[in-house]
Amino acid sequence: MKIGTPKEIFEGERRVAMTPDSALQLQKLGHECVIEAGAGMAAGFDDAAYEGAGVEVVKTAAALYKAADVVAKVRPPEDAEVKRLREGQTLISFFYPGANEALMEAAAKRGSTVIAMDMVPRISRAQKMDALSSMANIAGYRAVIEAGNNFGRFFTGQVTAAGKVPPAKVLVIGAGVAGLAAIGTSTSLGAITYAFDVRPEVSEQIESMGAEFVFLDFEDSGDQNSAATGGYAAPSSPEFQAKQLEKFREMAPDIDIVICTALIPNRAAPLLWTKDMVEMMKPGSVIVDLAAEKGGNCELTVMDEKVLSDNGVTVIGYTDFPSRMATQSSTLYATNIRHMMTDLTPEKDGVIVHDMEDDVIRGATIAYEKAVTFPPPPPKVAAIAAAPKKEAPKELTPEEKRAAEMAAFKKQTVNQVTLLGVAGVLLLAVGTVAPASFMQHFIVFILSVFIGFQVIWNVAHSLHTPLMAVTNAISSIIILGALIQVGSSSLLITLLAALGIFMASVNIFGGFLVTRRMLAMFQKS
Amino acid sequence: MDFGFTIAAYAVAAVLFILSLGGLSGQESAKRAVWYGIAGMAIAVLATLIGPGAGLWLASLILIAGGAAVGYQLATKVQMTQMPELVAIMHSLVGLAAVFVGFNADIMINDIAALSAEFGGGNPVGGYGLPLYPIAEETMAGLSAFGQLIAKKTGVEITILRVELVLGIWIGAVTFTGSVIAYAKLAGGSSLLPFKVDTGANQLPGGHLLNAVAAAASLVLAIMYLAGSGSWTLVLLTLLALFIGYHLIMGIGGADMPVVVSMLNSYSGWAAAAIGFSLGNDLLIVVGALVGSSGAILSYIMCKAMNRSFVSVILGGWGGAAAGEQMAVEGEQVAIEADGVATALNEASSIIIIPGYGMAVAQAQQTVAELTRKLRAKGKEVRFAIHPVAGRLPGHMNVLLAEAKVPYDIVLEMDEINEDFPDTDVAIVIGSNDIVNPAAQDDPNSPIAGMPVLECWKAKQVFVSKRGQGTGYSGIENPLFFKENTRMFYGDAKASFDKLLPLID
Repeated sequence: MKIGTPKEIFEGERRVAMTPDSALQLQKLGHECVIEAGAGMAAGFDDAAYEGAGVEVVKTAAALYKAADVVAKVRPPEDAEVKRLREGQTLISFFYPGANEALMEAAAKRGSTVIAMDMVPRISRAQKMDALSSMANIAGYRAVIEAGNNFGRFFTGQVTAAGKVPPAKVLVIGAGVAGLAAIGTSTSLGAITYAFDVRPEVSEQIESMGAEFVFLDFEDSGDQNSAATGGYAAPSSPEFQAKQLEKFREMAPDIDIVICTALIPNRAAPLLWTKDMVEMMKPGSVIVDLAAEKGGNCELTVMDEKVLSDNGVTVIGYTDFPSRMATQSSTLYATNIRHMMTDLTPEKDGVIVHDMEDDVIRGATIAYEKAVTFPPPPPKVAAIAAAPKKEAPKELTPEEKRAAEMAAFKKQTVNQVTLLGVAGVLLLAVGTVAPASFMQHFIVFILSVFIGFQVIWNVAHSLHTPLMAVTNAISSIIILGALIQVGSSSLLITLLAALGIFMASVNIFGGFLVTRRMLAMFQKS
Repeated sequence: MDFGFTIAAYAVAAVLFILSLGGLSGQESAKRAVWYGIAGMAIAVLATLIGPGAGLWLASLILIAGGAAVGYQLATKVQMTQMPELVAIMHSLVGLAAVFVGFNADIMINDIAALSAEFGGGNPVGGYGLPLYPIAEETMAGLSAFGQLIAKKTGVEITILRVELVLGIWIGAVTFTGSVIAYAKLAGGSSLLPFKVDTGANQLPGGHLLNAVAAAASLVLAIMYLAGSGSWTLVLLTLLALFIGYHLIMGIGGADMPVVVSMLNSYSGWAAAAIGFSLGNDLLIVVGALVGSSGAILSYIMCKAMNRSFVSVILGGWGGAAAGEQMAVEGEQVAIEADGVATALNEASSIIIIPGYGMAVAQAQQTVAELTRKLRAKGKEVRFAIHPVAGRLPGHMNVLLAEAKVPYDIVLEMDEINEDFPDTDVAIVIGSNDIVNPAAQDDPNSPIAGMPVLECWKAKQVFVSKRGQGTGYSGIENPLFFKENTRMFYGDAKASFDKLLPLID
């Protein structure tokens, strides 16, 4: 199959859906690649680079749509582009089918298959093609950089010869992919970062990124279970919202930078940063609103523009953050597309198998065989396992702890006393028949066994091999027996004893030497 | 003739030996501890040569020097991967020495009895406090120190002496053949013995019954010997013990060798202690008891690490059959090539390596160490996780890694590191199988259920370096290999890692 990428015609869009790298990978799947001249220019990939990767470069968009069996692009197609689609052709792009129904129907009527990258279900198998996440990641990063660009101070606190600089305080609202990326960027720049999300289960992720979770003391907060909404936030109750605003109002005077990323699927963005909060902020503060496209989380946000409030707070409402980092976002998006193609080409032979039984492919396909296939049925695999209600481990009262300790101690004592008792009785039994001279040696024996047990338990595990070598060497103490016997008048005894001496001394020297060799090897880093 | 000086020297030597074992609690103190052991041994031998062993001291010294030369050759030539074999064959020497010394004691008793009969005193009953075999004063003066000791013993003492020497000989003989077989099994193809031994678990027809019969017959012979039936019973008993040692170890498979070797270590100690009793030598008793308990503890630790009873290891096989159906393993083994592993390693920041017997077999420790150095130089956290029964000897992996100059402070025990796996990016399993088998925890019907294992599957990614798709020693399918985050890196460990090494940038 031939996979083609046209130049994006949306104004200001600099991304491209195929990079020379991804083209190489696509060719490994048995596909051919074709690209419109100049498509990758804005993202930093010139035509020569594509040609170098074995991609055919065609002059016009019309020629491309004609040549390609699969068209991969970034932005949803415009009317002119939909008209170029033909029957049996596959289009892969962002589509936002909920908002673009007319376009979707038009595409379906033309008989082409449409795969919407934004409809890829959020299951772990599909993470590699989750373009929304990879774009959100870039947006989160860029939002912080953009804020820094408009912020007149350092992010990190410094003590310099010219005076002390306090660290910037950043609040990230909404800890989705973009929010987490923003948290990571902000903390690595050295700012004190706070983060808020209505889903309490993300507090762990927030803290793992180095930010402080803004805790809302609200009884109902446990009801937000993102597992039911496919990992996204759901609208919250009015009481909760009031509480939330109250908390933000309390924080506003201290915060230097606010990054808003709160979105609820298929709804206008919730209003979380009101005008009065902006007025409370210090002059020079910056608000970056990633929800601008859906109306914005901040009351003052103007889509695609940067505005300055009366008290000198910059409010940024750009919606093209990923496009502002076109090279990076193209690389990631092209990889997402490539993974989608991998799933569509199970045999790696360049033949596309559109398997509508596959959860991921079914979920992303919005037009197939002249019919609209949106919305998809719920996936067979649950997106995220429902978090089981955690039951706090029961705290033991001090009395109970003491009782447990006492019981353990008593049990130990009983064990020890029984053992000692049995051993003592056995010893006494031996003592009644054995003569005193034997018992003297026997005491030595018992004590040695006892010492042996006490000492050996302390031996480091890693030294067990040297321990064996050393015990082996000293067990040749049997040489003493042979030495005592060797001077006997009987020739046989002398001979056997001599052999014994020889063998034991092999052991003594061999054992000690090899132990030394081993121990010398143990080195500290 | 009393040897007050010798006894004092023995006391010093005993203290030194205890300090020597105690010093092994840490890597640094261990280096000093060996010198304690050496000093103790030197003092003990010198004191004996000056005191009771003065008879043929020059010949003794020559023999010791000869033994030293052989021992030096052995110790300096041996490769660290052959450590288990060396330890095993050395145990056999102690066992054989114990048998010889035991026989000498018996011969001596017979000699004294003959002398006593000549003297005419003859006290066949041996009244209380009187020697059983009284002999003339002048003959007494001509005897060696050991002979004099026996000549002074009463009837009960002689009987006890005989009990002890029977024990010493029996344990010594079992240790001897057992160790030889263990050596042959551990050495495999490189064994220096004239015969070859299959490393699997093989028993003669009759199995454990044969062992039981031999043990019972030994007991009967021992009683006959004590009743005065003569030395032939002792010879026969020794032969039986030799057979038991041979047959017992033949029936135990290769992977149980850590237990076997530490058990033989323990036996060689008990043999020395038993001989010590019969010679009335306290130092022998002390050291024998120390070694015996040391080996026993090691065996216990090994058995616990495999969650098996000592008896079931010694009797071979996996004990009783599993109670029910084992869980079926789902999924498939996904293979990966060196470049895939290299990419993952280049991206990882924390790595845990789990070496097993396969690493020793492939002699891959140097390459693994080189890989570790490279990764550590890049600022990655690389650590080793050692399961107590990894390898064929307790602590075997530690020694191999130390030989390859892996610093010991990044080589950790199972309990120290098991909780860190969830925070680890990459876990690499090199030639180990059962010790990383999740079935031990998940499947109550698995034959190894309950055995403590390294929870490497909790790491973000697991690579398993393995020769092929076969099961481990226990023959159990390992669900780890089928997990979603596991990739199989097939091939000989050394060859695989040699390929991997240049790919790490």
